[in-house]
Amino acid sequence: MSGNVKPQWKRTAQLALVLVAVFTLLGVGDDDARFRNLGHHLMCVCGCGQVLLECNHVGCQYSDRMRVELAAALDRGDNDDLTLQSFVQKYGTTVVAAPSTTGFGRVAWIMPFIALVAGLGTVVMVVRAWRNRPAPALADGIQPVRGPELERFRDQADREVGL
Amino acid sequence: MSQFSSVALPQIGSFALLLALCLAGYSFIVGAMALLNPGPVSDRLTESARRAGIAVFGMVLLASVALVTAAFSDNFSVAYIFHHSNRDLPGPYKFAVLWSGQEGSLLFWSLLLAAYGFVLRLRYKTDPRLFAYASVVIAAVQVFFLLVLNIAAHPFAILEGQIPPDGSGLNPLLQYPEMVIHPPMLYLGYVGFTVPFAFALGALIMRYPGEKWIHITRRWTMVTWGFLTIGIFLGAHWAYSVLGWGGYWGWDPVENASLMPWLTGTAFLHSVMMQEKRGMLKTWNMWLVFSTFWLAILGTFLTRSGIISSVHAFAQSSIGPWFGWFLVITLAAFSGFYVANKSHLRSEHKLESIISRESSFLFNNLLFVVACFVVLWGTWFPKISELVQGTKVTVGAPFYNNVAVPVALLLLLLTAVGPLLAWRKTSFESLKRNFMWPSVGALALGVVMMVLGVRPWKDISYFYSLMAAMLAALVTFTVASEFVRGGRVIAQKHPGLGLLPAIVHLYHRNTRRYGGYIVHFGVAVVVIGILGAPFNREVEKEMGFGDKINIGPYTLVCQSYTQDDNPNYSSEWAILNVFKGNEQITTMYPERRLYKASSQPQTLPRIYPTYAQDLFLVSDLYVVYEGRNDETGRPIIKAHLNPMVPWIWKGLLIMIFGTVTALIPNAAPLPARVPARVQTAPVGAGD
Repeated sequence: MSGNVKPQWKRTAQLALVLVAVFTLLGVGDDDARFRNLGHHLMCVCGCGQVLLECNHVGCQYSDRMRVELAAALDRGDNDDLTLQSFVQKYGTTVVAAPSTTGFGRVAWIMPFIALVAGLGTVVMVVRAWRNRPAPALADGIQPVRGPELERFRDQADREVGL
Repeated sequence: MSQFSSVALPQIGSFALLLALCLAGYSFIVGAMALLNPGPVSDRLTESARRAGIAVFGMVLLASVALVTAAFSDNFSVAYIFHHSNRDLPGPYKFAVLWSGQEGSLLFWSLLLAAYGFVLRLRYKTDPRLFAYASVVIAAVQVFFLLVLNIAAHPFAILEGQIPPDGSGLNPLLQYPEMVIHPPMLYLGYVGFTVPFAFALGALIMRYPGEKWIHITRRWTMVTWGFLTIGIFLGAHWAYSVLGWGGYWGWDPVENASLMPWLTGTAFLHSVMMQEKRGMLKTWNMWLVFSTFWLAILGTFLTRSGIISSVHAFAQSSIGPWFGWFLVITLAAFSGFYVANKSHLRSEHKLESIISRESSFLFNNLLFVVACFVVLWGTWFPKISELVQGTKVTVGAPFYNNVAVPVALLLLLLTAVGPLLAWRKTSFESLKRNFMWPSVGALALGVVMMVLGVRPWKDISYFYSLMAAMLAALVTFTVASEFVRGGRVIAQKHPGLGLLPAIVHLYHRNTRRYGGYIVHFGVAVVVIGILGAPFNREVEKEMGFGDKINIGPYTLVCQSYTQDDNPNYSSEWAILNVFKGNEQITTMYPERRLYKASSQPQTLPRIYPTYAQDLFLVSDLYVVYEGRNDETGRPIIKAHLNPMVPWIWKGLLIMIFGTVTALIPNAAPLPARVPARVQTAPVGAGD
């Protein structure tokens, strides 16, 4: 019986992989989607502070030209990195709407996750410290209820008041 | 305008501001001395400081009235009025001139601070000593703002030379009805957090026993948080309705500046419950409420110093160093008081279980603070990059979408799970019992969405949308299950009481808790509104008469163009008939204005929410008349179809409802049912 289970799991995993690959490949080569994606990763440089595809200034000296350049880059078959690089060379580093993932730009991306991990570590330490803290002392002679008895009271309270 | 008002108004305003500064200084110094040297005269000094604080409100109000009167009387001898108003500006916008520029908005900030201080000082009998401390802290903040107003950003500065016949006019972008209420709401939020901060600092300095200061400030904090929330959403709605780019949030530094204190303020609203109920997180809450106050000031510093460029920001001015130093001084002062009194802030209880309401609040706070850090980091990174490597970079939507959205999704998960956890400890069985059906519902929604064509593997934004939808559904189901569960308990105890009345009674019995759940539901609805963004569509086209734009299932047909003119602006309108299939559903009139005083153009999009056509899967049909092509002279129309966006504004209304109801005092429990045979008629009952 157990001998049949492994091949079944294997087949299921293979099927899942194929499905993922098929659906992933469905998106490849979609120039319109790439245009929208890259257009939202570039800024209009006219000073409006808007993403390239969202600049709505009629007669803007830059956005129309930049959109044409972006479309031309995709028509040439340039990949995303090359396309963005060509824009950086022409318009400067501020044309890209997010810091790069290389060099100092990497720090921008890493720091939030460092903060999250550090925060998680701190929370875990705090939780441990609090759990190890001795229970507050009660008035003379009163023994705190613990274990199954406490659970029974809690369940009863939950049933009766439930608020 | 009479000669008297031309000369007298600026002088009255200037004198009122100077007097307000003196009174605030007196309130601060004398109030502090009285608290530091308790003695026979200290009570009288404290009372004197309190009254001086009340008088500050009168003086700042007088200055504000003088400035508004100057706007209404077209007193262009005042430089501020000249730069921000003109004769043909409609009345409501003349009123809004008060907060439309640097100096006026600082005066408005001072006015709100003085108003909050006024109310606080009137209610001092609740706890005279604590209120005296809080009053001194508020007076210190007032001294700072009034110093800036009197020295660095004087709203009554006189224009040199000949008085011009007309003003430069108000920025066209600000000439929109929401601009009359958005800044006051936002400022009420920013300024309002000074009050809980003042109480917290006062309680820390005086080593206040117990948690009474939290009970006193609870309503202040909730009201302030509500104002800030409304302010942020109104700002987003204004951007959506006026800027014409089809979006409502651009991660601009000014937007970020409002979001940061909101995030820490929201964290504080949650963590303060830990202190109230369990005596925990005392140190954390102190720092959280300080951070919220400090971030509100930091946002002001960012947007007014010119240190970070923004499309919203006020022009670079001389007040940046003032705010910079104020931030340093407040941080140093708070740190000093904290170090001196931290032994007072020890937690009283231990954590019994990791699966408990306490731990969910810990993680909730962690995520709120991390989200705040992400926004702060993204806002400052261009400057940091410039300092470190000499090149400026842009930190825009792609950064925040990749970093902040996952944090927001985790927060949404906690919003769903948190209410199901009990204080102290929750058994796994109880969690499973309460969580199962909401989870099944959320998963079912995810499957339905994928069947309908959402492909999360195709693009990360689709994945986020799917996750957000499922988590929003989870929040909705858990909130609903909490109401139903609680309602059933009450209905069982009171036979004959239906489930719905029982739920209403449940709500009344603990308005804070169930109001909070309604706010959570509102957040879920807002998320539903946001998650449609990856599916937005847009089409831009030059349109002559009879030309069509097809977008989604809708067709826009150009019927005509028209022009209009009034003393304030001239305008051009496109008249577009909108069809779904063969049926005309509406006519839209996107507009473009040219304001005469400033010679600045402005587009005014028209927005049609498709409730009648799509109901739950509603979209905004958003049409912009962008102007004419310089070469062909033909009008350009841009149409957007933004799915789900109307839910954002509905979600805000739900959040406001939840916040307001959470402020209502709890009702008493229903009286226990007495068997009929022992019922007696009350005295005096008859007929």
